[in-house]
Amino acid sequence: MSGVALPDGLVAVVKRDCSTCEMVAPLLRELAAAKPLTVYSQDDPAFPADMRVVDDTNLAVSDALDVEVVPTFLRVAGGKIVGRTQGWRRDEWRALSGVAGLGAELPEFRPGCGSLTQDPDIAARLAARKSETQISSRRIQLGEREDPFDAMHARGWSDGLPLVPPTPERVARMLAGTSRAAADVVAIVPPDLAHCSVEKVAINAVMAGCQPEYLPVVLAAVEAACTDEFNAHGVLATTMAVGPAIVVNGPIAPAIGMNSGVNALGQGNRANATIGRALQLVIRNVGGGKPAGVDQATLGNPGKYTLCFAEDEAGSPWEPLAVERGIPAGTSAVTLIAVEGPRVVVDQKSRTADSLARSFAGCLRTVWHPKLAQTCDVLLVISPEHARVFRAADWSKRRLRDELVNLLTLSGDELVAGYGGCAEGMPPRYAGERVPKFSPDSLFLVHAGGSAGMFSAIMSGWARGPGGSQPVTRAIKP
Amino acid sequence: MSLIILDPTNERGPQTRPRAPRLARLDGAALGLLDISKPRGDVFLNRLEDLLEQRGAHIVRFHKPTFTKPAPQDLRQQIHANCVAVIEALAD
Repeated sequence: MSGVALPDGLVAVVKRDCSTCEMVAPLLRELAAAKPLTVYSQDDPAFPADMRVVDDTNLAVSDALDVEVVPTFLRVAGGKIVGRTQGWRRDEWRALSGVAGLGAELPEFRPGCGSLTQDPDIAARLAARKSETQISSRRIQLGEREDPFDAMHARGWSDGLPLVPPTPERVARMLAGTSRAAADVVAIVPPDLAHCSVEKVAINAVMAGCQPEYLPVVLAAVEAACTDEFNAHGVLATTMAVGPAIVVNGPIAPAIGMNSGVNALGQGNRANATIGRALQLVIRNVGGGKPAGVDQATLGNPGKYTLCFAEDEAGSPWEPLAVERGIPAGTSAVTLIAVEGPRVVVDQKSRTADSLARSFAGCLRTVWHPKLAQTCDVLLVISPEHARVFRAADWSKRRLRDELVNLLTLSGDELVAGYGGCAEGMPPRYAGERVPKFSPDSLFLVHAGGSAGMFSAIMSGWARGPGGSQPVTRAIKP
Repeated sequence: MSLIILDPTNERGPQTRPRAPRLARLDGAALGLLDISKPRGDVFLNRLEDLLEQRGAHIVRFHKPTFTKPAPQDLRQQIHANCVAVIEALAD
């Protein structure tokens, strides 16, 4: 027991809403007349009537004593509990009290009732109270007539959609989703380069609508975003319409109910929707990155609300993205890539890998601009019906990449600025060269989507390489 | 009962600093010109260099490694140590 000094003698914890407590109430009055006895009442300080009762309606003592059942009956000596029973057990009550004839008219045994501390809602509040010492964020008391949703918008915390109020109880529950300490620093978040603790991530995850079991994924995503390689500052600040896409691999994805199937890139799945949103809220609230502030996107894209999905590993002909990027199979991981919104590759006729690759290449030709090459990474989300074609042809990811690079090795003459009556294009030095639109390592392939439909998706990236944003993969820690 | 919520921000207060005093004269002043590595930034800065040198300024040129990231600290310190003012060029 911690934090509560118990008086020596007998101690009973009771509640009015318990028939066993009502049954023993006359005995408690009898004992109080003869022995030092302290009675704590969980729900009504006037119960038991006609005796001195200590109000424990805030459950501080019950919680500190880990009371699971009422009545709980204790003997305390020298501030320490030396005997304990719960419910009504006549022999044990007699032994603890030292009163031989106690409760002679009562049955030998009667079970007690659940302590109020075991009520799920109350247990959550108590957990929050216990973790108060580890929660260090500023507490904001809203006015009685203040609508919490409006109040949070007014403080500039929202992406435009309603937020879940981050009460201490909800944040405490969220923090239970990770084994990491609340005060651990997860990352230095741009653009304000602010230290971001696990607790701050948890608060923003609550606001985004996350469940506690999503928190490890959000933490890994924040860590990945705030690396020099990913360059979240640049991704946020650029005038281009890009934002982070989060691809989740490994056993955590099905375990937390993520969607990798029908409508994988769309709405309707809580984990997909709120994990991506939580990352954006961390950048907004902890990093201070807001539209029209450091975020100077000309157009932006809807993925900047949230863009997170899981790879369908079970149905894939290929190794998962994270495994390809050095994470051991069976280990969960996130991969972040800065991308535009998805565009669809429609090919409902190809039944050979060669033909389908040509469709992919034709659509990929236009990313950024048909006359620009070697600019960006691309995330290709290949649907099951398209993947089936590559599986039947026994094409590996590497084979597909190589074919795409070959199909998109273009005449420099036709790419240079000014060619075809179009001022945009590559510098004049590319004239006379054969120019690959992409290098193989700029094509990232993942498998996701519903089982019906010969549609895949292209999400093209921002400036690639160390001078822009590089995809980053991080293992998810429990 | 009113609701208690936790602050999701970094809880820092913005610090307001006064602007540095404007330069009284360009003649003899060491001025930095920072190219952020955007295409054609050099065109703009070359012209500025001509115009400022005509007014007697001493020009020191600097380059950011990439426009996509904030200037490295070493570069910022170098500019601070060598110049009384800096002009940063965006272009495209």
